[in-house]
Amino acid sequence: MIYDPKHECMPREELRKLQSERLIQTVRRIYDHVPMYREKMQEAGLTPEDIHSIDDLHKLPFTNKQDLRDHYPYGLFAAPMSDIVRLQASSGTTGKLTVVGYTAKDIDTWSEVMARTMAAGGATRDSIVHVAYGYGLFTGGMGAHYGAERLGATVVPVSAGNTQRQLMLLQDFGADVLACTPSYALHLAESMEDAGMDRSKFKLKYGVFGAEPCSEAMRKEIERRWQIRVTDIYGMCELTGPGVASECEHQTGMHVFEDHFFPEIIDPETLEPLPDGEQGELVFTTLSKEGIPLIRYRTRDITTILDDPCPCGRTLRRIKKILGRSDDMVIIRGVNVFPSQIETLLLEMGDVEPHYLLVVNREGALDTLEVRVEISEVMLTDEVRHLEEIEQKIKAQIASRLGVSAKVKLVEPKTIPRSEGKAKRVQDNRTL
Amino acid sequence: MFIKQISVFIENKKGRLASLTDVLAKNGIDLIALSMADTADYGIMRAIVNDTDKAKEVLRAHNFAVTTTEVLAAEVPDRPGGLSEVLVSLQEQNISVEYLYSFVRSSNAKALILFKVNNGAAAAECLTGKGIRLLSQAEVNEL
Repeated sequence: MIYDPKHECMPREELRKLQSERLIQTVRRIYDHVPMYREKMQEAGLTPEDIHSIDDLHKLPFTNKQDLRDHYPYGLFAAPMSDIVRLQASSGTTGKLTVVGYTAKDIDTWSEVMARTMAAGGATRDSIVHVAYGYGLFTGGMGAHYGAERLGATVVPVSAGNTQRQLMLLQDFGADVLACTPSYALHLAESMEDAGMDRSKFKLKYGVFGAEPCSEAMRKEIERRWQIRVTDIYGMCELTGPGVASECEHQTGMHVFEDHFFPEIIDPETLEPLPDGEQGELVFTTLSKEGIPLIRYRTRDITTILDDPCPCGRTLRRIKKILGRSDDMVIIRGVNVFPSQIETLLLEMGDVEPHYLLVVNREGALDTLEVRVEISEVMLTDEVRHLEEIEQKIKAQIASRLGVSAKVKLVEPKTIPRSEGKAKRVQDNRTL
Repeated sequence: MFIKQISVFIENKKGRLASLTDVLAKNGIDLIALSMADTADYGIMRAIVNDTDKAKEVLRAHNFAVTTTEVLAAEVPDRPGGLSEVLVSLQEQNISVEYLYSFVRSSNAKALILFKVNNGAAAAECLTGKGIRLLSQAEVNEL
């Protein structure tokens, strides 16, 4: 279902006009209210008058995560605190939180784009939506909640954690839509099977999963185990939270809600914009935000913009599944390795569990990659030789498809930490 | 004729074997025979226990990967050349032994040996034909 046909199916010309108007307003706003942006623009010899349309976007300077840290907590806000009605934040693995503020209008927009997301995933006003994203400063829970409520669905605000209770509530309350991270959805499926629960007692039909990259193979695995349709969604706290882009029922990439978030792909080395269809780093400019508008924010996510028409009728361009984060990517002896690539090949092998961890070490001057994979009973026989063959097979797959040699190590079941939030797939022990 | 053996995956990490035997001990499961096959990083513990189903259940509950295999338990004469004669007879029938190990306990003048072969039925026929007695699951459980 298309929640907002006016904006989601807007003719491209008209959309471009709307984007241009909104960009001009946004640039005016940040120039007037955010010292950092004013300085950056002045350094580049720009004033708001130089921005006439969305085509002038490339003239504007980039924004990095470090800029948000440097102006912690409120330094990049473009609205007075009296207009800010909500704060959300994302936890950084390094240093301070990234804090964002929302005006009432920002919350309204966020609810709208999340209602679009929920509808694209299969939810309707008759749905019961089980939200197992964390509630709190993390945007996942609140975003999914407001969106489902805006759509008119019934929300079950369970938040993250306590897997047994989640399963009980899913079964008893009869939710047809589950919103959480893909790794948690898989963990729930596994726990359901472990507990000997009967899938037919659940009414689940759709999964709206985001907050971490989900490979195509992982999507298929979740769809198979839960027997649901999974849509991948995209967002980040800095931009609004979830609700920046969402797949539709055709699963051909995530439609970007371009009337609010303008996407670009750049070459992460040269910082030059790349044409649609080319792979690079995703950069977003918020077009309607008041609390903390961001210009050309470097997401570090690697993907491609698709501009061919989608059968669903939305005119919004799409982004491909996120291949990885340029900062999640590990470079092993000059080869870029994304955890999602390892995940895909493991799942394609069949009897291998998709629970893995990439461990990177430096021995002398040489980087080494160890891939730890949990053993499953399907793989186990009474012979060590059989396990050695599986290890060799994985190793050969990694070498031929990724072009890097890795040591493969089978580990006991459930020894790789399960995430209740984002899965940790890389342990980099190198001290550079 | 065949008896059930459990195979458990164990990482080569301090304390893993102890935690496995601890799980069995706490659940009153008796280890009748065992052997380890190992590599640098992990091993497979093969064991005969007095209650296979319960052992599988409690080990799984403690996140061990467990599988079962059928093996033969034979009484082999406990004297020089006793095992050799048995192996030669199997070889004559073109039956290959994948691995073997012995029971912890022995009875009288017989050594109890567990065989995993590529053709269980033929091996059983060959051994009984040579007067080698095979133990049943019930007998093994009583050891």
